[in-house]
Amino acid sequence: MTPILGIMASQISGHLVAPNNYESIATVAVTTAVSSITFSSIPGTYKDLQIRGVGKAVSSGIWVTLKMNSDTTSGNYYAHRLLGNGTAASFGNNVGSSAGIDFTTFYPTGSTAFVTDILDYTSTNKAKTVRTLSGYDANGSGEFNYMSGYWAGTSAITTLTFGNTANFEQYTHFALYGVK
Amino acid sequence: MTAGATYTSIASTTLSSAASSVTFSSISGAYTDLVLVSVVICATDSANQRMTVNGSTTALYSTTRISGNGSTTASGRYSGLNYYLLTGGAINPPSTNGSQIIITNLMNYSNTTTDKTILVKAGNPTGSTYPGIEYNVELYRSTSAISSFVLTTDAANFSIGCTFSLYGIAAA
Repeated sequence: MTPILGIMASQISGHLVAPNNYESIATVAVTTAVSSITFSSIPGTYKDLQIRGVGKAVSSGIWVTLKMNSDTTSGNYYAHRLLGNGTAASFGNNVGSSAGIDFTTFYPTGSTAFVTDILDYTSTNKAKTVRTLSGYDANGSGEFNYMSGYWAGTSAITTLTFGNTANFEQYTHFALYGVK
Repeated sequence: MTAGATYTSIASTTLSSAASSVTFSSISGAYTDLVLVSVVICATDSANQRMTVNGSTTALYSTTRISGNGSTTASGRYSGLNYYLLTGGAINPPSTNGSQIIITNLMNYSNTTTDKTILVKAGNPTGSTYPGIEYNVELYRSTSAISSFVLTTDAANFSIGCTFSLYGIAAA
């Protein structure tokens, strides 16, 4: 089979995202351990946001939290999740904390990868929905986490703060994108 | 602050005849993540779909998955593999009755500081032998940037009409 080289025009009908409608907004690459990662002054010119990244924490199984704007009201955050730990599937749900939604878990071994969508983030008429696919594998351990989260705020989202009580390690990488 | 439009079509192919493998090579390192969208039918219902990167078939790959088939949910793990197991832990591409959609996210594929983690989501129509949905997180224990990969199955050829589309996403 002849390998596919270089750049070719897509031959399938329709793109996943129309050209020029998916833009990179900002990126954080951790060089020394930090306890939080913040995207601020997020422009309101997109329809949805997507955050993509990989990361590690100093300690095992620490929840990474996601806070919208500066809302520290724990009852404004909620999450449901479907988990697979390599042995059994399970489910869970919980009210958030003052740090926000329990977003995913980072570990010192392997790298947790995640793709997060925040839909209709500029709406002032409804609460916000967050959806995350995430997981890590460490060749003998690992977990897949499919989370649906909720923020009760009806303000447009202008700031996202990811927190981690165990610190985000070097080489953790978060990238924020806007979808028109 | 904004880096502009991204999510670029890198390469795409639709099989005009059955093939045992599909290769993407000379992949630019200019992006942050790669997204591979595969629409797959195989000659048999029992073929697992695999990916090897940079020509490596050593036992450096592993998988943790979760799946559901409409009746049960399950989770499994495979360690010390010689390939990324894109599907086959719980579902396999159909040979008839529709096609399997597989979206593979190769995260931070071009860095040379961390091992390579991918996220895979796949869905199969009912009417095939192994229907359902499957989500995998997979690891390749190498810090080398990914510049090529090969898709194969373990039991049958990819059928005519399969499509494979590769996109690059560049962070600011």
